[in-house]
Amino acid sequence: MAYSSILNWIINRDDWVNTVVNGVDYSGIVNMSPYAGYNLPYDIGVKIWESLGGLIAWLINLIFPGNPVSYTLVSDPVTNAMAIILMVVVIFAIGFVVNLTMIWQERKFLGRQMDRRGTMIGPLGYFQCLGDGLKTFMKENVAPRDIDKKIYWWGLTLVIGTSVLLACMIPLSPRWYIVDFNTGLLIIFAFFALAPFLIMCAGWAQNNKYSLIGGLRAAELMISYEVPMLILFAATVYMTGSFNIGDIISWQENNIWLIVPQILGFIVCVVCAVAESERVPFDLSEAEAELVEGWQTEYAGMKWGLIMLGDYFRGYVACALVCIMYLGGWSMPIISSFDWYYQYLPELFFVLKTCFVFIFFITARGALPRVRTDQIVNVGWKVLMPLAVVNLVITILVKWFIENGGVF
Amino acid sequence: MAAEKMNADQMWLTMGPQHPFSHGLWTLRVKVDGEIVTDAEPEVGYLHRGWEKECEQRTYQKIIPMADRLCYSASMTWSHLFCKVAEEALDIEVPERAQYLRVVADEICRIQSHLMWLAAVGTDAGNLTIFLWALREREFMLDLNVRLCGQRLTTNYPRIGGVRNDMPYYFERDCLRGIERFEKALWDIVKLTDESSIFVGRVKGIGYISREECANLGITGPAMRGCGVDHDIRRDDPYDAYGDMDFYVPVYKDGDAYSRFRVRIEEMFQSCSIIKQAMKKLESIPKTAPYRLKVPKAIPEGTHMARIEDPRGEGLMYLISDGSEQPYRLKVRSPVFVNVSASKRMVQGVRIADIPTVMAMIDMCLGETDR
Repeated sequence: MAYSSILNWIINRDDWVNTVVNGVDYSGIVNMSPYAGYNLPYDIGVKIWESLGGLIAWLINLIFPGNPVSYTLVSDPVTNAMAIILMVVVIFAIGFVVNLTMIWQERKFLGRQMDRRGTMIGPLGYFQCLGDGLKTFMKENVAPRDIDKKIYWWGLTLVIGTSVLLACMIPLSPRWYIVDFNTGLLIIFAFFALAPFLIMCAGWAQNNKYSLIGGLRAAELMISYEVPMLILFAATVYMTGSFNIGDIISWQENNIWLIVPQILGFIVCVVCAVAESERVPFDLSEAEAELVEGWQTEYAGMKWGLIMLGDYFRGYVACALVCIMYLGGWSMPIISSFDWYYQYLPELFFVLKTCFVFIFFITARGALPRVRTDQIVNVGWKVLMPLAVVNLVITILVKWFIENGGVF
Repeated sequence: MAAEKMNADQMWLTMGPQHPFSHGLWTLRVKVDGEIVTDAEPEVGYLHRGWEKECEQRTYQKIIPMADRLCYSASMTWSHLFCKVAEEALDIEVPERAQYLRVVADEICRIQSHLMWLAAVGTDAGNLTIFLWALREREFMLDLNVRLCGQRLTTNYPRIGGVRNDMPYYFERDCLRGIERFEKALWDIVKLTDESSIFVGRVKGIGYISREECANLGITGPAMRGCGVDHDIRRDDPYDAYGDMDFYVPVYKDGDAYSRFRVRIEEMFQSCSIIKQAMKKLESIPKTAPYRLKVPKAIPEGTHMARIEDPRGEGLMYLISDGSEQPYRLKVRSPVFVNVSASKRMVQGVRIADIPTVMAMIDMCLGETDR
């Protein structure tokens, strides 16, 4: 069976996972773990199931003493399986909280830029998003009559689904990941590039002219930023010699943050990341001034709320990618050489860096008007693309000089 | 329709009446070939409320607050215009103090109307910061309105033969402070718009109209001055105290959306200068001087016409009176109603994304358009 073989592959993969991360030996902390290395969300999942499943097993055992179900519930295989499920929930929950924080950050920062207060409910306005979510949730689930039902629903589901998946695939630290792919960055890019196609389908399925134009604009947008983005990506991979996110970051930690040799690439990458997450200067596919709400026009109520949430997930992933590729991910210049840093802080610093990159996005939204479709294609092919190629050339030269003993 | 060759590449897109770009209730039907607009057709009239007919049932005094309701952001100029046509009919000269007060009130109104337009340009270009900054500055202008007339929008300030009240205490100080502050704040917004290459790239070279077309279509106001026609009623046919004012009329020759934008921005600076001059003149007029004449309720029989430089163009009122206390007929020439007829010419050839920015430069106000 394909499924079991994939599972086996995941479980028996200690040949390519290093149990010693940054000098700390994590092997043997969780015996039944599918991860050879230490995985914090998995550990949390085990702890949750040990208390939750243990409680259920104890209660059943009180009523039916000595029954086999209780023993099965707390047995190692069941604990392992439940821990994997709970691990995913934990990773999603943390991603969700980060996402809410970024929404709050945007609304608060944007408020200050526009000389208003921003969100006001709760401490520093943090709970406003929850209130808005609840309000959106209360709305009626309306769908137009003459839609292509299958694509209407599947397009929506997959757009949101890929966004959430992407957010879950971002590792926050060497111990915080779902699967440590050797081709991690490539897969993230692949899923990122999937959304415009789904948006196009969803826009077409709604039987609405605005949605149609919005969906086609998403495709137009994609051809202008995706190519420079991939060239930047090639430069990063060439420099670090790996597709693995952990390897890229440890290379940066051991050598230098890639923003220094690739400052050009960083600038282009921020611009492309804004376009990739379809935020304000480049939100052509949902340009509310002319296209009502673009491809989201016929998605009412909570569907729209989920799309907004997915958009912010994509924004988070775009910021995290900039962070991984140029700002050294979870590593910090001096303090990450201490032992306690990797015990307590890498996730926090990664999220903080991501939020820092997000400030660029927010400022761009506050300061710039929306560009036109022909302008973004022009900028993409006449400015970003040459700059990305120049960046690649610089990278190759730098790498060549390093490998040949340097110019100094 | 049958004779028209069927073209499956193109489709009609109905933008409005409930659409984010249409500030008010109106529809722009556009025919698009992909993203390019090939044809357009404006539809107005959703807000028709029989304003002109209603005026025939009212005495002249009661029409003044109604004239405020013609346009929510240019209420002062419209009630001023009505008072002006009545004064033409009565053949009276307004006291000097009232003339200057009207100029001040008109220019405050012009500034706040242009700021409302600037805010709309912000949202149409997709930037909320421009919107909120412009509206913040507009609030200060509305505060001046409150100090002078007691109301923010529907001011009900001019009277036939003068104005309702003289300046309140310290209005002069507040007004000059507000204007000084505004001139600085407007530069901030200019930095956000005019000095932003993305914004300029969005508005430059689109919505072109030539000088001849401008004349043929009857476009007036900033849209006309953006096409290179050097005409401003305040200067060329001065009314009230505008003859004494020293100001220049910004004219741009390009005829695109950007030149209309520049004209309006510069007009705001000119309005500030006019308010300062009028305030200086008001100092020399004794405070005990009359600001309102006593006028008869009935207007002598005849036809009368008056025009005024509205923030959106040339406002004109044509009054037929039968000698009674009520007008026989009061016709309003709305500048926006004429300007919007040029929208077909303006949006041909631009992209869908440009429609809001081109139409924003007309500065739609449906209250006066549909009346």
